[in-house]
Order: sequence, then structure tokens, then C-alpha cells
Amino acid sequence: MTVVQADTEVNAAAPAAPERRRRGVPKTLLNLLSVVLGVGVWWGFSLGGDIPAPPEVLERGWELIADGTLADDVLASLGRVLAGFVLGVALAIPVGFLMGWYGIVRGLIEPWVQFFRTIPPLAIIPLAVVLMGIGETPKIFVIFLASFLACVIATFQGVVNVDKTLINAARVLGAKDGTIFARVVVPASTPFILVGMRVGLGSSWATLVAAELIAAQQGLGYRMQSAQLYYDLPTIFVGLISIGVLGLLMDRLLLLAERRLTNWQDRR
Amino acid sequence: MITVSRVNKTFPLKNDRFVALGDVSLDVADNEFVTIVGPSGCGKTTLMNILAGLETPSSGQALVNGKAITGPGPDRGVIFQQYALFPWLTVRKNVEFGLRTAGVGRAERRERAQHFIDLVGLHDFADALPRTLSGGMKQRCAIARAYAVNPSILLMDEPFGAVDALTRVRLQEQLLQTWSQEKRTVVFITHDVDEAVFLANRVVVMAARPGRIVEIVDVDLPYPRTEELRLSPAFTALRNRVWSAVYHQEPVA
Repeated sequence: MTVVQADTEVNAAAPAAPERRRRGVPKTLLNLLSVVLGVGVWWGFSLGGDIPAPPEVLERGWELIADGTLADDVLASLGRVLAGFVLGVALAIPVGFLMGWYGIVRGLIEPWVQFFRTIPPLAIIPLAVVLMGIGETPKIFVIFLASFLACVIATFQGVVNVDKTLINAARVLGAKDGTIFARVVVPASTPFILVGMRVGLGSSWATLVAAELIAAQQGLGYRMQSAQLYYDLPTIFVGLISIGVLGLLMDRLLLLAERRLTNWQDRR
Repeated sequence: MITVSRVNKTFPLKNDRFVALGDVSLDVADNEFVTIVGPSGCGKTTLMNILAGLETPSSGQALVNGKAITGPGPDRGVIFQQYALFPWLTVRKNVEFGLRTAGVGRAERRERAQHFIDLVGLHDFADALPRTLSGGMKQRCAIARAYAVNPSILLMDEPFGAVDALTRVRLQEQLLQTWSQEKRTVVFITHDVDEAVFLANRVVVMAARPGRIVEIVDVDLPYPRTEELRLSPAFTALRNRVWSAVYHQEPVA
């Protein structure tokens, strides 16, 4: 056994690249600056008197936190989003895999997926109310539908896009269909699935407020609806900001998962 | 021993059919190093895919040790031009992939993988992900991966086609060095005439439309092949002969 020495071709540029990116103004500082500027602009507009100023909204936020309303609303909304989203993703991943792997399944399911994709989930609400009543079911169903449709397409695309050479490489190394699926197709399509999950999460939140128009007793969307009746702008702002912050937090969590699971990818 | 006997492969076109291989016959002896060189469209990759078991001939037979090839098998290792490393696995895990599918135990897997990682000179990069490797290193990893399952035949489809000329020369020398230590039957496809002559016991020259073998050139130069040999008149003469066989082909009506 001889050791072949030949590492003049070691790719020295690769590890150096991230270093270079970190130079200049740190990204977090820019983000922070942007937030401060945005609040400043908001404050500026509020001087016109049409919208509440930041301190007013902050004060209302404290009130809603103090009497527990905000926590209850957040929990109710979060529960709906999570239930719908988790169900949607849990169904979308196997269906997407089956569509990508078996031509028959794809032929049978794709027309329906494409058809329902063109209907905004909100347009399903009237039907959902008639069929499922006004309890939690129609709300969760609409969110489920939104996240399912976003995620199923991404998963399916991921499976279809798996490099044929990688599948051949696995086959010539003795892998059979089951192994190829578990050890090549699944990891290779993970980045697509995670992107699909993020899009699905986005549409889940987008659907939430409308879903809470259906005779809800609690929830951020409901709170904003009832605030609208009393011209209670600060509460609407608190609701908007809460939804934004929650959506952002969940998206960051998914992004973190994505980074960890797919750090093998080449990134720009 | 590889036996290709009167293999035809046609692909249907819109109104016509494309003859990728027309009546190709070839024997490759055990532990022989054969290179196949020819212009694009001469069916060399199709021939390799048939040997790998990824495609089936339209007619004729491809045999390994007298048995017809029915699909991919661990007796034949394949090295692709595009490396085809699993990007989510480290060098070590890539090399272990075939051993895992063969059900080799953890300890033995690790030991055998390490042996071939050392053999191709990637010991310092065993736990690196493919994206951090250069093209030449990726291809060496692919060679180690193919070797690890201990195939008696190595099929290489333009493995050095995507690396720069300097790296290519080194990879050729390393491949011969690895081959001389771990003798295998090698079928090596290339479009580079120098490479074909430098590596092979025999150079098979193919032509296109229909894909066929036009000439087989014996390379009776001694191993180990060195830089002096590459610059010697004997090498140049063989190279010129292969060159004219490749570049001055009469089209068949």
C-alpha cells in the first residue's frame, strides 16, 4: 500500500470564501438599522393622526399581555396553524414522493393538485363552512390545504429532479430500489422539501386570519376583526405585529433546520 | 473476461432510428487495460452502459466470464465523468456506500474504505464533504469508491474529461499506479488520443454512424509508464497511428 501524494490541487479557495463574505458591515447590524429606520418611518406617518404611534401600540400590547388576551389569542392561532401545517406536510411528503417515483400515481394525482393549486385556499372557506360547520375543523382544513398544496409540489419536484447519475451510481454499487429510495432519493430531495415547507408555512399564516373569520371565539385574526368594529387601531397593529413575529420565528426555525440538514449543498 | 459479441443498439427517433452501436464485437482479457477512443456519437458511452448493465443491447450479447449481463452488479465498478459522488456523504461514507449495500460489517467497512482512501491519496480528506474537494480529488474519491466493492472489472467513462490538462496527467499516472497495485480489468473511455495510448494495453478506435470499431491498436510499451515514455518516439508513433484512425475516418454510406 503506497500513499499517493498529490495534494497541490487542494481546493484552498473553498474554505476561504465564507471568511470573505463576513467582511464589511455585519449583516445583523444592517438588519437592526433597517428595523429602527422602519419604526421611525412608521412614527413619522403616525404624526398625521391616521394611524397609532409606536408607543400607543406598545401600551396596548402590554395591556393585552397583562390580561392574558394576547397569550390566549396567540395560542389559539398557533394551534390552528401548527395543526393544519403539520397535517399538510405529513401528507404532502409521502404523496409527493409517490408522485415523483411512480408515473401512475403522478398521472392520477397531478391534475387534482394542479387544479386545486389555482384556487386560493380562501375561496374554499364558504364550502368548508357549509360542509364542516363553524368549529375548528374548517379552519384547520383550509390551513391544511394551503400547506399541503405548497409542499406536495416541492416534494414532487425534488424527487423528479434527483440527478439520474446519482441513481445510476447507487445501482452500480449494488443498491436496489428500496436502498436507492432511502439513501439517494430522500436525501437528494430534502432541500426541495424544506423549501416547500417554508412556502407552506407562509401560506398557512396567510390563510389563518381569513380562516378565523369563520365564527372564531379567539385568535389573532378574530381579535383584529372585532377591533375593526370599534375602530381600535392599536389592537389591529398588535395583531399584525404578532402574526409577523410568529411567522418570522417559525420561518427562522425551519431555515435553521434547513441549514443543518443540507449543509452539504453548494451555497453561493 | 469480457465478451461483446455482435451487439447492436438502436434508439428510436421521430421517424427514423439511431444506430448507436452496429454489430460491435470485442474481447477484453482479465486484468487488461483497454481504452476506447472515438468521436462523439460513436457509441462508446452506450457500449459502457451495456457493460455496466444500465442499458440492454437491441441484439447481440454482452458477457462477463461467459454469463450474460442482466443488470448492474458488484463485479463491475463504474466511474462516471460527472464524479457522481453523493454530495451529502463525506469521502469516507461515499467510499463505504457500496460496502454498506453489500452488508459488510461496520469495522470491516471502515478498514476497507480507509485502505482505498489512502491508496488514492485522500487520507487528509476522509471526513470532508465532496463540495470542498477539487475536481481531481472528487474523481479520486470516485475511483476509491469503485475499488472498495472489489470489482473484477472497472468501467470508466471519460473520468478525467472534466479536469484541467495538468491534473489529468497526474490522475493518469495515479490511476496506473493504483492499477498496478490492485490489478483489475479496466475499460476506459476517452476522447483524448494521448490519454488512450498512455494508459492502455490496447486502444480500441470507434467511429460514428453507425457506432462501430474501426481499428484496434496494440500498445506494446512497458509499464510503469513514465514521462520519458510519453515523450519517446515509440509513443509518438503509436499516438499518430491512433490519431489518424480517429480523425481520418471514412464515413459509411
